[in-house]
Amino acid sequence: MDQTPILDRLRPHVPWGLTTPKEERGRAILLTTPGVLLEVLQAARTHLPLDSLVDLTCWDRLPDAPRFEVVYLLGQAGGADRLTVKVQVDGDPPRLPTATGIYPGAAWPEREVYDMFGVVFDGHPDLRRILMPDDWEGHPLRRDFPLTEEAVEFKGHTPKVPSEIIPFFRPHSPSGSGGDPPPGSG
Amino acid sequence: MGVIASDRDLERNILTTTVDHIVAWARKSSLWPAQFGLACCAIEMMCAAASRFDIARFGSELFRASPRQSDLMIVAGRVSQKMAPVVRHIYDQMLEPKWVIAMGDCASTGGLYNNYAVVQGVDKIIPVDVYVAGCPPRPEALLDGLRLLQEQVARGPSGERRSGGRAS
Amino acid sequence: MSGLTRETLTLNMGPQHPSTHGVLRLILELEGEIVRTCTPVIGYLHTGIEKEMETRTYLQNVTLVDRIEYVAAYMEEMAFYLPVERLMGVEVPPRARCIRVLMCELNRIASHLLYLGTGCLDLNLSSVFMYCFADRERFLDLSEMVSGQRMMPGYFRAGGVAADLPEEFFPAARAFLDDLPRRVDEYERLLDDNLIWRERTEGVAVLGRDDAIALSATGPVLRGSGVAHDVRKVLPYAGYDEFEFDVPVRAEGDAYARYRVRMEEMRQSRKIALQALERLPDGPVLTGDRKVALPPRAELARSMEAVIHQFKLVSEGMHPPAGDSYVATESARGEKGYFIVSDGSNRPARVHVRAPSFYNLQTLPVMVANRPLSDVVVAVASIDIILGDVDR
Repeated sequence: MDQTPILDRLRPHVPWGLTTPKEERGRAILLTTPGVLLEVLQAARTHLPLDSLVDLTCWDRLPDAPRFEVVYLLGQAGGADRLTVKVQVDGDPPRLPTATGIYPGAAWPEREVYDMFGVVFDGHPDLRRILMPDDWEGHPLRRDFPLTEEAVEFKGHTPKVPSEIIPFFRPHSPSGSGGDPPPGSG
Repeated sequence: MGVIASDRDLERNILTTTVDHIVAWARKSSLWPAQFGLACCAIEMMCAAASRFDIARFGSELFRASPRQSDLMIVAGRVSQKMAPVVRHIYDQMLEPKWVIAMGDCASTGGLYNNYAVVQGVDKIIPVDVYVAGCPPRPEALLDGLRLLQEQVARGPSGERRSGGRAS
Repeated sequence: MSGLTRETLTLNMGPQHPSTHGVLRLILELEGEIVRTCTPVIGYLHTGIEKEMETRTYLQNVTLVDRIEYVAAYMEEMAFYLPVERLMGVEVPPRARCIRVLMCELNRIASHLLYLGTGCLDLNLSSVFMYCFADRERFLDLSEMVSGQRMMPGYFRAGGVAADLPEEFFPAARAFLDDLPRRVDEYERLLDDNLIWRERTEGVAVLGRDDAIALSATGPVLRGSGVAHDVRKVLPYAGYDEFEFDVPVRAEGDAYARYRVRMEEMRQSRKIALQALERLPDGPVLTGDRKVALPPRAELARSMEAVIHQFKLVSEGMHPPAGDSYVATESARGEKGYFIVSDGSNRPARVHVRAPSFYNLQTLPVMVANRPLSDVVVAVASIDIILGDVDR
């Protein structure tokens, strides 16, 4: 399903120069900056209208910078329009304005992104950990947070943990086989 | 005097052992589990309680909601770090004698998950009597684990836990 | 006299509780028996599945994926493999598409039976629980025939399904589907005019239309509040646009409306499953693209290339080109989709599960505000959450 006409309908309502539209396999994607994020979301809600926040997530692009990319997937209840809004943030802690004023359904996903990645959403009514225990330290889904695997206990020998056994292959050329040998540990 | 005393002692001992047997038989035939389904294994535990596999014919007629009224805790599912103190708390609330079946791979050893969030086996927190393997174990496997536990209960003197768990 | 004060009672419900459908903790502020606020606390089943998936290949991840929404595992695998296939640019053969739809719809029926059984058990209608689980056993037998496992099938693959349907599946599936209307009618006969059921669910746990949309609810929760939104109709995937079915919608938004939506969905799923059985085309069940799918075992004896492909796929896995993908699917509880980010290596860089139960659970505080305590149980049962989905 081709969602790209959505970008054309959105264009007059957002500061277009501060955003980067993209199309990928029929999906309409808008890369925006933290400063105009709320404006974009509000415009999408009011003018398109995309009245439902389908998903809010984040991923860690370490070692690329900016490090975190927060992805908002907006949709229409009862309709087929979908728009993906992406914003990249960095910092310690990375900060973004909260979307709960526009989409109340963002309350819990923002807490989850805070819990898992440490992205602070300014203005969130109740920003605390949601999945991990309240006194947990660290943000588990960050790339530099270890998986914390426990090796099976043997006498006199410590075997490898699963993520070291499952081989990791860096991206290689699409045409043939071969490529870099796996590193010592995944 | 000493012979009569030891005869009476002997009689008293035989009677104690017989009561032990009856008590053990009663205990094993009416192990009431506490409702402690955590994840996917809970669905198979519910299937074991439903009409096809029918755990009630083995005596586990009722899954008690309150741990204080139950004597068996079937830990069915993965125990996350956040849930671990709750498991211990519920276990402590159960009255002696109590037994634990670790149902499924996640409760036995952490199972499929070896990461920051899952306790690698509930026996890190509470003592386990029977481990039932499977992901999830079939209801018949759970019933087999229950049978093993019943044999263990029928054997040992009341209230005493054998060291180490049996595996099913 | 001036020393009298009023306070709300803070009641903790869960995480171990017979009616919370898993390890859900609710902190209720009660004034007498009326719930003033309800704060769900989740995370008691957090398993780190999303991070665990970053350390496995796409083929190995199917085992982790099964265990997220464990009662709807076929739909989960569908939701996982659709974005992978989109990233790899791989086509699913028509027979495999039909088989996928068939298994997903059978799974939807089983999932709704689980909802009905546990929902009735919460209201102490335990005979319905027994009947529902007896019917569910028939689906679990079908699942075992097809994939070897009752609950965690691991049946789908990128580019199709792992193996063809066995011969004994077809009469068993037809028997299950032929018996289903009689069974659903019997449930309705037991429940529709049942005074206890009507009094406990009508007007209870009401979710308004605007609230449902604003809080990102999907699935029967949204359709029970008057919004005709079913991903199979608005954004068809995996060939659903070729099947004829209706989407039940009710306007009242109470627990009874959601119950009726799910009962009707069972009938519609049966309709789709029968159509899938009728028109099951012939052909392979797995794509022939050897960069993605394992070669059939018979070929390994004859072809060296097949052996090499097998070796590379099992040890190394497939390499989707760098990029991300999201495909929306309709699970039994609402919209499920996997946001998969690939960096070109054999492991996903990020897998995020758009969990319908996570978003649907946000509506719980709205549903139970200023209602008696007994409505909380009905509300939780009517949302139909799976904690594995909420916490992942």
